[in-house]
Amino acid sequence: MTASAILIQFLNGLSGASSLFLVAAGLSIVFGVTRIVNFAHGSFFMLGLYVAYSLIDRFGHGAAGFWGGVALAAVAVALLGALVEVLLLRRIYAAPELLQLLATFALVLVIQDFTLWAWGPEDLLGPRAPGLSGAVNIAGHQFPQYDLFLIVLGPTVLLALNFLLKRTRWGTLVRAATEDREMAGALGVNQKWLFTTVFALGALLAGAGGAFQIPREPASLYLDLSVIADAFVVVVVGGLGSIPGAFLAALLIAEIKAFCIGIGDVTIADSVISLPKFTLVVEFVVMAVVLVLRPWGLLGRRLTPPRRVGAVERPLALPSRRAVYALAACGAALALLPTLATGYSLILLTDIFVFALFAVSLHFIMGPGGMPSFGHAAYFGLGAYGAGLLLHRGGLPMELALLLGPLVAGVGALAFGWFCVRLSGVYFAMLTLAFAQITWSIAFQWDSMTGGSNGVIGVWPAPWLASRTSYYFLALVTSAGGITLLWRMFYSPFGYALRAGRDSPLRADAIGIDVRRQQWAAFVIAGLFAGVAGALYVFSKGSISPDSLAVPRSIDGLVMVLLGGVQTLTGPVWGAALFTWLQDAAARNVEYWRAVIGLVIIALVLAFPQGLAGFLRDRFAGERHAP
Amino acid sequence: MLEIERLSAAYGLAQVLFDLTLDVRAGEIAVLLGRNGAGKSTCLKTIIGLLRPMSGAIRFAGRRIDGLEPFQIARLGLGYVPEDRRIFSDLTVMQNLEVGRQAAHGRPSEWTPRRLFELFPNLGRMQHRRGARMSGGEQQMLTIARTLMGNPKAILLDEPSEGLAPLVAEQLAKTVLELKREGLSVLLCEQSLYFAQSVADRAFVIEGGHVRYAGTMQALAADVEVRDKYLSV
Ligand SMILES: Nc1ncnc2c1ncn2[C@@H]1O[C@H](COP(=O)(O)OP(=O)(O)O)[C@@H](O)[C@H]1O
Ligand SMILES: [Mg+2]
Repeated sequence: MTASAILIQFLNGLSGASSLFLVAAGLSIVFGVTRIVNFAHGSFFMLGLYVAYSLIDRFGHGAAGFWGGVALAAVAVALLGALVEVLLLRRIYAAPELLQLLATFALVLVIQDFTLWAWGPEDLLGPRAPGLSGAVNIAGHQFPQYDLFLIVLGPTVLLALNFLLKRTRWGTLVRAATEDREMAGALGVNQKWLFTTVFALGALLAGAGGAFQIPREPASLYLDLSVIADAFVVVVVGGLGSIPGAFLAALLIAEIKAFCIGIGDVTIADSVISLPKFTLVVEFVVMAVVLVLRPWGLLGRRLTPPRRVGAVERPLALPSRRAVYALAACGAALALLPTLATGYSLILLTDIFVFALFAVSLHFIMGPGGMPSFGHAAYFGLGAYGAGLLLHRGGLPMELALLLGPLVAGVGALAFGWFCVRLSGVYFAMLTLAFAQITWSIAFQWDSMTGGSNGVIGVWPAPWLASRTSYYFLALVTSAGGITLLWRMFYSPFGYALRAGRDSPLRADAIGIDVRRQQWAAFVIAGLFAGVAGALYVFSKGSISPDSLAVPRSIDGLVMVLLGGVQTLTGPVWGAALFTWLQDAAARNVEYWRAVIGLVIIALVLAFPQGLAGFLRDRFAGERHAP
Repeated sequence: MLEIERLSAAYGLAQVLFDLTLDVRAGEIAVLLGRNGAGKSTCLKTIIGLLRPMSGAIRFAGRRIDGLEPFQIARLGLGYVPEDRRIFSDLTVMQNLEVGRQAAHGRPSEWTPRRLFELFPNLGRMQHRRGARMSGGEQQMLTIARTLMGNPKAILLDEPSEGLAPLVAEQLAKTVLELKREGLSVLLCEQSLYFAQSVADRAFVIEGGHVRYAGTMQALAADVEVRDKYLSV
């Protein structure tokens, strides 16, 4: 690359960093104060872009119309944010943090379908910015004026935020509440009002980040999850709650991306490596590296968990004899079912068995392990791909492929888990997400091995298992067996040691438990069983595509566990059944089924903040307490 | 000024306070004495609203305050100084004071940073130092000053003397008496008589969440039996 080309790529990076920084800064401020990881933050970005499109369309493409539209769009999104805080989040600040996550994820679903309804499925490209639509000559290259404007915008917003947080009373209160919200409250600070304004500011930044992108990228329905993933990465790399950190991280990632695109393909020892393709995962690689080297991010500090007086988690109850009989009866009823039911219900139940095992395997690390994985679908997918590829490329018989496929997931969990268990809380969650995204991109891009975006097709079971009924039995037996094994481990010495490590790592260390090793082992076991679910899944569908290990599948798993209730034993099974059934029924009967699911989840979260099974247990206290 | 009647409170399933009854009169300093784990801090947390009571009533300045949010209680003029200080370590001394600031609403005395720096000269010399870089004694002064910025009518002080060097503790005792002269009522928590004796008018002794003794400070100081049974030396 010539010096001038390097300069241009550098400027490209700077302009790309601005919008990334705006979104990430909003996410970071909201998290810092409310400790809510707002999944819907990317949706606010998306709405900002769509609303700006419509407003500019209405106001006309003149300077007033354009800038007025952008500003109003950001304000509209801020108001929506305030509304969301008042109506939804305010009611669940005291709920377990993962349930809050679930609620914001439900918002993603609702906003996505609302956008689809209001603007339709087509991408919408907005106009250029009046007065900034041309290009300037920089070192012999044509560089867009609007990008120069964006280069200025980022640092301007950084300075403005810095002023707001460091020099105003509001900022002082926000920083106080970030550090110790309970103490701030005891000093007379009205947190409700403070949280609403913080959330509105966060939404404003996301909305503005979207609106300012109008001349650069089309409004599209895929933006919500892709933007939230990017914003998470930036926030985590920069250090949670650190605005300058977010700026630095946005810069770092945008520059690396710009140079990957600028450099193009490189040839090393006769093999061509396509750097532009690498941009799909580069931020996740950066995040993984940063988290391993600096676990609290570039400028972050160790998080102190928010103080909460009076919140004591109940020990997980040992199921009573009655509950065990009831479960066994359920299993027996399911085994008899094929004599009565046929066709579609067997397929749906097979799906439910697969996802019940998936959910229980995730619960194994989330519940007793206290490790909320945001990337558990990676192991589901690895199991599925493992089985599919062993059958196709390895030429193994189906039975053997089904048995050995999960080992691929186990090996993946062994490698990724080693890094992940070094972190905890949100950082752990983000690193698991990073590894899942890396796995996804390998499946997506390694055409010659995985079939790329088409995936592997024609993965059918052996003839004796090919009928619906026989596959139903296979799924039932495998899933029930796997779940029973996992549940037995909950109450084994290993399970107790795991919980000791979750509740008080220091004390567990002191009595000779190697907490990290235990967690690593749990991670591998969970990955292995997720792999079993994945291998079962691939033969029931006959194909596998990268979708099955993408972020939404991981989130599905979280939703199942949380719906059922993470502090219960059987909850994830009910959560998986309910969610799988709901998704199937809604998708077949309602056009806007995501919104329906989202609204149902919100209603459930508001009504049962302890999850479904938690609610039933509290109601009919049927389970005894473990010692 | 502050009346607590048959107050019970619990953390989750574990009850910690049992039918506690005590009161602080206007302009006096009352002390809540008890060993570590007796329930003193829990009592203050319940008064300021950080913990919901199970039963009982709390009245402040003639008004029921149980069930209110902490910020509402604080705004009525009740200040809280927690035992672990809880300085905002990221903020400077001035900013810590700013967080505590509230309008005076015609309370007896109006506190400003300048007046507080007269009371705590040390703080005046480090206005722009961050909380994280202060010594334990300085932090203790700052928590009290921060609470005074809310212009309270009464304050709850949780073991203010803990971990302070004797000289600093002595200085603190003078400050507390100064506050009393300003018209503030004080509810103090302590484990031993050592600090309480020099400031308090009346005393309540609790053990296991039950009130075991109520009377004047003088009477308690003379009552060797109660002291030996319920208090640390
Ligand atoms: N956050 C909490 N959760 C559960 N139990 C607590 C908590 N804080 C204190 N306790 C228990 O309540 C009892 C009283 O504690 P505390 O009020 O702090 O006593 P004191 O301040 O008199 O030393 C103790 O047995 C203590 O273990
Ligand atoms: Mg105490």
